Amino acid sequence: MAVYRRNYKPYSGKLTPAWSRSLVLFRYSRRNLFRSKFLTALFVVCFFYPLLCLLMIYLAHSASFLQEMGVPRGVLSIDNKFFFNFMSVQGVFAFLLTAFAGPGLISPDLANGALPLYFCRPFSRTEYILGKSSVLAILLSQITWVPGLILFGMQASLAGASWTWTHLWIAGSLVVSAAIWIAILSLLAMALSAWVKWRIVAGALLLAVMFFGAGFAQAINGVLRTEVGHFFNVAYLMTTVWNALFRVDSQHAIPVAQAWVALLVYCAICLGLLMRKVRAYEVIR
Amino acid sequence: MTQRGAADGESTQTPPAAPFVPLVEMQSLSVQFGNREILRGLTASLRGRSIGLLGPNGAGKSTLINTLLGFYKSSSGSARVFGYDVGTEIIKIRGLVGYMPENDAFISKMSAVSFVQMMGELSGLPPDMALERAHEALFYVGLAEARYRQLGTYSLGMKQLAKLAQAIVHGPKLLILDEPTNGLDPSARQRMIRMINDIRDGQEMRIVLCSHLLRDVEDTCDEVLILKQGRIAHYSNLDEERRSNKRFLELETYGANGDFTEAIEKLGCECAVTANRMKMILADGIETRDIFRVAAERQVRIRRMNFRRDTLEDIFLKAMES
Repeated sequence: MAVYRRNYKPYSGKLTPAWSRSLVLFRYSRRNLFRSKFLTALFVVCFFYPLLCLLMIYLAHSASFLQEMGVPRGVLSIDNKFFFNFMSVQGVFAFLLTAFAGPGLISPDLANGALPLYFCRPFSRTEYILGKSSVLAILLSQITWVPGLILFGMQASLAGASWTWTHLWIAGSLVVSAAIWIAILSLLAMALSAWVKWRIVAGALLLAVMFFGAGFAQAINGVLRTEVGHFFNVAYLMTTVWNALFRVDSQHAIPVAQAWVALLVYCAICLGLLMRKVRAYEVIR
Repeated sequence: MTQRGAADGESTQTPPAAPFVPLVEMQSLSVQFGNREILRGLTASLRGRSIGLLGPNGAGKSTLINTLLGFYKSSSGSARVFGYDVGTEIIKIRGLVGYMPENDAFISKMSAVSFVQMMGELSGLPPDMALERAHEALFYVGLAEARYRQLGTYSLGMKQLAKLAQAIVHGPKLLILDEPTNGLDPSARQRMIRMINDIRDGQEMRIVLCSHLLRDVEDTCDEVLILKQGRIAHYSNLDEERRSNKRFLELETYGANGDFTEAIEKLGCECAVTANRMKMILADGIETRDIFRVAAERQVRIRRMNFRRDTLEDIFLKAMES
């Protein structure tokens, strides 16, 4: 029977399992994100560098081509530095994508007072945050560790088993380095958008946290003649961790363990801020 | 919440049989924000089909609703909805409830049909069923023509209707309406009231309606809980209340004097006279014919006689004075 001919009636059918409810949020939020042509274009641009890397891996194994072009064999070496550079470039794209996509996930719900509608249903705050953050997590995974592993697989297939076994740790580094970057970006973007409730301002704040954080860190270091300021520079902390994960030679002012702890503390603070704001109604004491 | 799994992947939850389990039961329920005590030891058992929560602004109506939905934690005491404890079985309660909040609550960039569908899916409806029921609910509330429009472009009245649609899309057993007629023009208010009555009478849903508008509660509810400063000022069945006040009589007279009033009082009735109007409470055994007889004996003309029901306004004012 056509819908307009039917009358409203109570529902007595089956319900979906509770664990699948956060997937509902994921589906709707992702669909909403890709309504923006700019974001879709940016997402496509994020794959240019992985494609270039793919080409570089192919060329590195094409001896005849290198000979023809007069390129010495050692110039295109596919090693830990190659994957570190890959993560560094994709990390910047991940940041840009988060700055545009992240704040739009939660702030409209808060600005329009939609949270009571979510939480009056059999749906918890944790599920809400999981559903929303999974949008960013999957989006950023698609441009960081997933193409990273594809590149690693391509290199492994061309370089052979011995290279694969000696460099297997790079695959783990790709996943772990991307995971911590994704976690910190997602939580930071969502916490900021939850507090300012205004998408554009939240995006600008995220940029400010990264760029002004670096400036603030330099200022503290300069004035106090210390290295403690680096703890305010998330990008610096991240680079320190990535350097260690990819075993790239570099001298850093902060020990790697402290950088890890600082990043985890940032994540915990963001999660705390988020849980404080994501409530059906704010209690004014 | 271990109880949650019971409802998952199975059929919809059914509340315990209505006559035995009260809709809402509160036992010394208190809610405190910081040092401010908002609800103070509420104890009541609400069993009506549609219950009105009344009270002046700041009386604690919305806080009570938010506590029953688990948004606020009680500082002491307990509350049960359909027999499920608010503190420990809130997920079960939320599975049975549809909630229409007081303030704007929507996602501006979404069309009404997507919005209601999403809310249906979050309540546990499968996607195809949620879409079907979203259309049905929007047709039901009268937003059929506008259902593909973005919610941000809706008027206030339409937003209220969209909120109602999302509250009923999953077929809840209890519908909680917080100030549903806020900001509506008179005709939109009438439509909303008609719809609430229709839901109450035809859809096997029980209703808790929170309002500071007495007319709304009077038009839709059969029980009323009046709150004052976080305490229960009055709880009654409106029909019973009206029946018990049936012997309240209003007269408009011509030619009445103190003699007539005295004669009426001799019959045992309580009287109050203002100009040519007289209000009285008939004594037991006294009927209207006795009043007419006394009037005829004293040549007093009775121009109008009304049995005056005790309106909700009277009940409310009495509760506020108490």
